[in-house]
Amino acid sequence: MLLISCPNCGSRDETEFHYGGQAHVPYPENPNELNDREWAEFLFYRDNTKGVFAERWLHSTGCRQWFNMLRDTVSYDIQAVYPMGTPRPAAAAAAAESGTASLAADSTTTGSAGPSTSATSIAETSTNASSTTAPEGATK
Amino acid sequence: MSADLLPEHPDFLWRNPEPKSSYDAVIVGGGGHGLATAYYLAKNHGMTNIVVLEKGWLAGGNMARNTTIIRSNYLWDESAAIYEHALKLWEILPEELEYDFLFSQRGVMNLAHTLGDVRESIRRVGANKLNGVDAEWLEPDQVKELCPILNISDNIRYPVMGATYQPRAGIAKHDHVAWAFARKCDELGVDIIQNCEVTGFLKDGNRVVGVKTNRGTINTEKVGLCAAGHSSVLAEMAGFRLPIQSHPLQALVSELHEPVHPTVVMSNHVHVYVSQAHKGELVMGAGVDSYNGYGQRGSFHVIENQMAAAVELFPIFARAHVLRTWGGIVDTTLDASPIVGTTPVENMFVNCGWGTGGFKGTPAAGLTFAHTIATGAPHKLNKPFALERFETGALIDEHGAAAVAH
Ligand SMILES: Cc1cc2nc3c(=O)[nH]c(=O)nc-3n(C[C@H](O)[C@H](O)[C@H](O)COP(=O)(O)OP(=O)(O)OC[C@H]3O[C@@H](n4cnc5c(N)ncnc54)[C@H](O)[C@@H]3O)c2cc1C
Ligand SMILES: [Zn+2]
Repeated sequence: MLLISCPNCGSRDETEFHYGGQAHVPYPENPNELNDREWAEFLFYRDNTKGVFAERWLHSTGCRQWFNMLRDTVSYDIQAVYPMGTPRPAAAAAAAESGTASLAADSTTTGSAGPSTSATSIAETSTNASSTTAPEGATK
Repeated sequence: MSADLLPEHPDFLWRNPEPKSSYDAVIVGGGGHGLATAYYLAKNHGMTNIVVLEKGWLAGGNMARNTTIIRSNYLWDESAAIYEHALKLWEILPEELEYDFLFSQRGVMNLAHTLGDVRESIRRVGANKLNGVDAEWLEPDQVKELCPILNISDNIRYPVMGATYQPRAGIAKHDHVAWAFARKCDELGVDIIQNCEVTGFLKDGNRVVGVKTNRGTINTEKVGLCAAGHSSVLAEMAGFRLPIQSHPLQALVSELHEPVHPTVVMSNHVHVYVSQAHKGELVMGAGVDSYNGYGQRGSFHVIENQMAAAVELFPIFARAHVLRTWGGIVDTTLDASPIVGTTPVENMFVNCGWGTGGFKGTPAAGLTFAHTIATGAPHKLNKPFALERFETGALIDEHGAAAVAH
């Protein structure tokens, strides 16, 4: 079971949360102009990253707020928790590209006690920030 | 039941050749689906200069991890057709492959616990009958007659209000199925290479012309992906996307018991499914973990829920011990139906998205996928399961009949 650090409530068991899939998938800006292929992409196609993945979680039996999380889909290490609407912390994108599940010593927020509403410490340490996900600032 | 004893495990079922520098077709993934595809490519289409590449050991992925339930009582015409075709193949395969993999048609019950379940189940029985799939609706006392250890009292949280029953459904020894296919593939000249991971693709324009592996480059005219949990990783290497999400799914077994559980019981609502293996273990599965995952393990709270449901339905299980648990990585789609067909890359074909229920489909997946690879066109049974359906909207929504929530 994952121990997830809700930005509002602190660390709680995974069973209190609801998984919301890939983060940063914006609603189409001009829906009327989308063709069938583009609608299919928006409705059915999501990244299925092996490595560090940006995803949404809902603290359903706690504060009932959505937030974003960077989690390694191989080791299940949680690397960052950050608010909806803020960009994906950059360092973990580099980790994802290296394709490994290994983590920097300071890169996990799992079990950290205090609630926090900002992206966690790894955000600024990036040397390779090219993220593969959708436009930043996309929410919900 | 054909035999109570397991067949001897022969020492050598297939050769372990070195990979050649070129093949007419490369099948990626040595699980049941990859092996069945290679078998039908050789048998039905005369393609024998082909290879199955497996990154680990033969059939060590989901093929070795599933709960081995085989049935064809799906709701929609397209699914009923392909799964029923698979079931008909299961019925003749032990003889055809000359290998007894203990296919046991002991019947499968899908329990109903709410009025909604009851209505949906009776609808499914009707749909099954119209599609030539054997199906019956059972009242609680008939359920009890078939599986006496089931608790049908009405004072539990989710009482058994009846069940659908497919008498021809059952279980088979999954390892032996893989070995049976592998041995026949080998006899037909197919190379099976273990510890050979595909790490990239060679393309000429938009056409695939080879695969890169940790054991060198292999040129080929055609590539068939049968990589279950890793399909989207391979698709990404090839330059296209799949509407697939990979999730951990786990199962567990008890220690050996006297025969107590004569059939297969599944419950989608309280979420447990149980059969008793030939040797005597109680084999149980549950739902997928909610999040994406590539780790071959699952969450403990899923087991807790599954055990709670199992003990309420089968009070005598309360004293059984769990012997071991394990996980697989299943590749799910949004309509809970597989994807079998062509891809945006020329000469590259994909068989994936069987999610939590692809073991039962193994022979039909292999047969239809082989047809697609050999001819470049869909077989009539896999045509509806093309990737295009996510664009056309012709989805085959089998969530209700998939039996595992995902
Ligand atoms: C716990 C559990 C219970 C299940 N219960 C049932 C059930 O009761 N009934 C049912 O019908 N289905 C069930 N399933 C689903 C079923 O197991 C799968 O749908 C089916 O096995 C998928 O096809 P496969 O056998 O070819 O996949 P796999 O056996 O997973 O084969 C894919 C292979 O590809 C290999 N591979 C991946 N990447 C590469 C690469 N880059 N290079 C080379 N090789 C690669 C993998 O190592 C793997 O061996 C269950 C699954 C699980 C996990
Ligand atoms: Zn909270």
